[in-house]
Amino acid sequence: MNEKNKPILEVKGLKTHFTTKRGVSKAVDGIDFTLHKGETLGIVGESGCGKSMTSLSILRLIPSPPGKIAGGSVLFKGKDLVTMPEGEMREIRGNEISMIFQEPMTSLNPVIPVGEQIAEAIRLHQKLGKKAAWEKSVEMLRLVGIPSPEKRAKQEPFQLSGGMRQRVMIAMALACTPEVLIADEPTTALDVTIQSQILELIKDLQTKIGMGVIMITHDLGVVAETCDKVAVMYAGNIVEYASTEQIFANPKHPYTQGLLDSLPKINEDVDELKTIEGSIPSPYNMPSGCRFASRCPYKEEMCTSHKPELIEQNDGVKVRCWKYTDEWTGTIKKEEVV
Amino acid sequence: MLMFILRRILQIVPVIIGVTFVVFFIMQLVPGDPAVLLAGEGASKEAIEAVREQLGLNQPLYIQYFEYLMNVFKGDLGVSLKNSQPVLDEILVRLPITIELAFFSIIITVVLGMTAGIISAVKPYSLTDVSVMLVALLGISLPSFWLGLMLMYFFSVKLQILPVAGWDSLLHVILPAVTLGAGGAAIVARMTRSSMLEVIRQDYIRTARAKGLREHIIIYKHALRNALIPVITVVGLQFGALLGGTVLVESIFAINGLGRMIVDAIRTRDLPMVQGGVLFASLIFVVVNLFVDVFYRIFNKRIELN
Amino acid sequence: MSVEVKTEQPTVITQSISNPKESKLKDFLSILMINKAAMVGGIIILFYIFIALFAPLLAPYSPYDIHLENKLMPPSADHWLGTDDKGRDILSRILYGSRLSMGVGFAAVLFGAFFGIIFGLVAGYYGKWVDSIIMRMMDIMLAFPGILLALAIIAALGPSLINVTIAVGAFSVPLFARIVRGSTLEVKRLEYIDAIRSLGANDLTIIFKHIFPNILSPIIVQGTLRLATAILSAAGLSFLGLGAQPPSPEWGTMLSIGRDFLFSAPYVALFPGLAISILVLGFNIFGDGLRDAFDPRMKK
Repeated sequence: MNEKNKPILEVKGLKTHFTTKRGVSKAVDGIDFTLHKGETLGIVGESGCGKSMTSLSILRLIPSPPGKIAGGSVLFKGKDLVTMPEGEMREIRGNEISMIFQEPMTSLNPVIPVGEQIAEAIRLHQKLGKKAAWEKSVEMLRLVGIPSPEKRAKQEPFQLSGGMRQRVMIAMALACTPEVLIADEPTTALDVTIQSQILELIKDLQTKIGMGVIMITHDLGVVAETCDKVAVMYAGNIVEYASTEQIFANPKHPYTQGLLDSLPKINEDVDELKTIEGSIPSPYNMPSGCRFASRCPYKEEMCTSHKPELIEQNDGVKVRCWKYTDEWTGTIKKEEVV
Repeated sequence: MLMFILRRILQIVPVIIGVTFVVFFIMQLVPGDPAVLLAGEGASKEAIEAVREQLGLNQPLYIQYFEYLMNVFKGDLGVSLKNSQPVLDEILVRLPITIELAFFSIIITVVLGMTAGIISAVKPYSLTDVSVMLVALLGISLPSFWLGLMLMYFFSVKLQILPVAGWDSLLHVILPAVTLGAGGAAIVARMTRSSMLEVIRQDYIRTARAKGLREHIIIYKHALRNALIPVITVVGLQFGALLGGTVLVESIFAINGLGRMIVDAIRTRDLPMVQGGVLFASLIFVVVNLFVDVFYRIFNKRIELN
Repeated sequence: MSVEVKTEQPTVITQSISNPKESKLKDFLSILMINKAAMVGGIIILFYIFIALFAPLLAPYSPYDIHLENKLMPPSADHWLGTDDKGRDILSRILYGSRLSMGVGFAAVLFGAFFGIIFGLVAGYYGKWVDSIIMRMMDIMLAFPGILLALAIIAALGPSLINVTIAVGAFSVPLFARIVRGSTLEVKRLEYIDAIRSLGANDLTIIFKHIFPNILSPIIVQGTLRLATAILSAAGLSFLGLGAQPPSPEWGTMLSIGRDFLFSAPYVALFPGLAISILVLGFNIFGDGLRDAFDPRMKK
């Protein structure tokens, strides 16, 4: 499942800005990552770090105005989605790249039967007739584990539970066997037991279809369970980009370390979970140096004055931190930090 | 659902009784002795006493009201002071005309209002949107009686393409219906626009976009159905303003409907006629609102439970 | 110098704390300044108020003097808006009429607001059966379509401008009551109201000192929008001959004269109607702007 061939999605220097009365908010400020077939990439970060905006930018679904993709490219099988005409983009949405949203309660149209909501995407992209599309839609509902799908397909969202609605969302997203699935916090709004069912379902279907998955989440548990690679986002930037094993075994960026420290550990008896002090800088007024500096325990003068780059280390991990560079002048030695 | 309808019907019974109560007691505010008024000017003392006796005006007020209520339920709204004909007969002659006028007006309100609102909402803050909304703002600000006169002057006097007044053909309907429906159309347009803009921000519209649907399918299939639900209530309320407005519009265009009947009756102090007319119009409004509520409930159930 | 500054500073601070009304007024004004639409509406309204106050100085002629030799003259240098069927200057009549039309509107809304606010506060604050009874009463008043309740009241009291004021006012009582009740329920739920009650404040103090000031903004918005409707309704009733009586220069009455000469002298009906329309437009723009300004969702 993890074998690498040609990348299907390459995001390069992606920037998404929001222009409001208060100024320009750089929600996504230069993001690079690559997704291969059959691979799951996690994008992790606190709310407001730009991870959802990244995913919406890929499909060009950011509300515009005020939002705008200000730069960079999103190469899907070599074609740039950012500059593609809207008509071509529509043929990719829901067909080759589809998306699952965080809120199953509000993401389905309340006045349209769920079967029809799935079938319309099938009719659109697969050029099937009304009847065939409906049958396919029922088939998809069965595939995602909804009991008596013929009956459910005719029902409207209010007649379904939250978990069922998220299954419907998944059925909708997968109806056209996409090559990339973007799952934006797909389990956050659900009960814990249903959470793992949904994650299992996504993994299961991923194996069947062989699609690449981008898993947007703030939950490192979800990452551990599902992802092959992880990009940690902070204030519109990726601060660490590594395989899941490397991230958990040897987190490099102080922010990643902080995130992992705030996880409850099973084998340790701690009274209190650690939290990262402070808050994300305002997206309207980003500091000129490292964006994490104000919260970083290892902060040096150079950190507040100059912004570090995302640099690949010997072990293949990319990290955006002065400590891992030759310029580091801090009192704490490179080795000690690790 | 059936329970809801039944409960709603039961709820309007006290409202209807309340309306009869208000109508009855407002007429008690009339200065002077009603028996003198009813017997007519210069009537002898005996004649006044006879009227008092005959109409039970010497009874305590609550018995008078009770009898009035009983009569209303029997369909007896009293007799006109002018021609001694039963009020109900006169109302039933006038009512179809007013219903016809109200029907065409509400169609203008709904069709014109919703179309304008959708056009505005599709491209918010565009030149089209701003102009449509300016016209709508004018629409709620122009007095209907003035708009009616100006339309009459322009189309009937200047251009001479529409009849000045009366109620004989479909051509006669156009100006009164536009006059009466314009204000409501403006309100419905504003409501439709804001409702559409609200709906377009919803998550399920983003889902529809993520499916790759075309913009017009997103607007007409996914947004409009949801956006129109709150508009239903506004249309219902507008129907009340519209019924009240018939009073003015029927007077301007010399249409012999219920509204003009009430105004004429006020001028001639024909109180039973006023009472009957107001009561009847209110009953219609209460029943229409019942339908609107049930209609709204049917559409809104899925959203409430969402 | 420095001594002065030192003594002044504390007083400034205590003032801003002890006088929340002043800062509220400032907030209100700054909201208005930001909202251009509300400003435009406000300017229109102020313009009309100015006219009403200074009508005798502004009007070129008497609104009542009859000059039959000048009747039904189209607009000219002498009579900017023409003359009516009795040779009276229409401009002068409109200027004087602003006092009547606006006066009736303001009086009717004040009347309706006064009773509506009391009913709404009492219903919202006491709840239970008090609420049920008051609100059912309001429902019954709302069951009369449009101006028909006003018509019924006028039918009983007789046609006059005062009775129109009462009738139109009565018709906005339930609308104020509903809004005030809703806001009262919201404010009542706030914790500090409980705190004040536990300190032994009585109901009247709580209602008028603590709840009422907090629900002013919806009342102001509603009041502004009601003014537009009230002016329209009152003019409509006068137009039907049920309010102001000729020769009064009330705009609705003037319009009904204009109707009789629509074919030969349309300007007699045109200008009073324009006067009403622009004023009502002003109130509507102002009310819309206020609503946006007060709406917390729009404040971002």
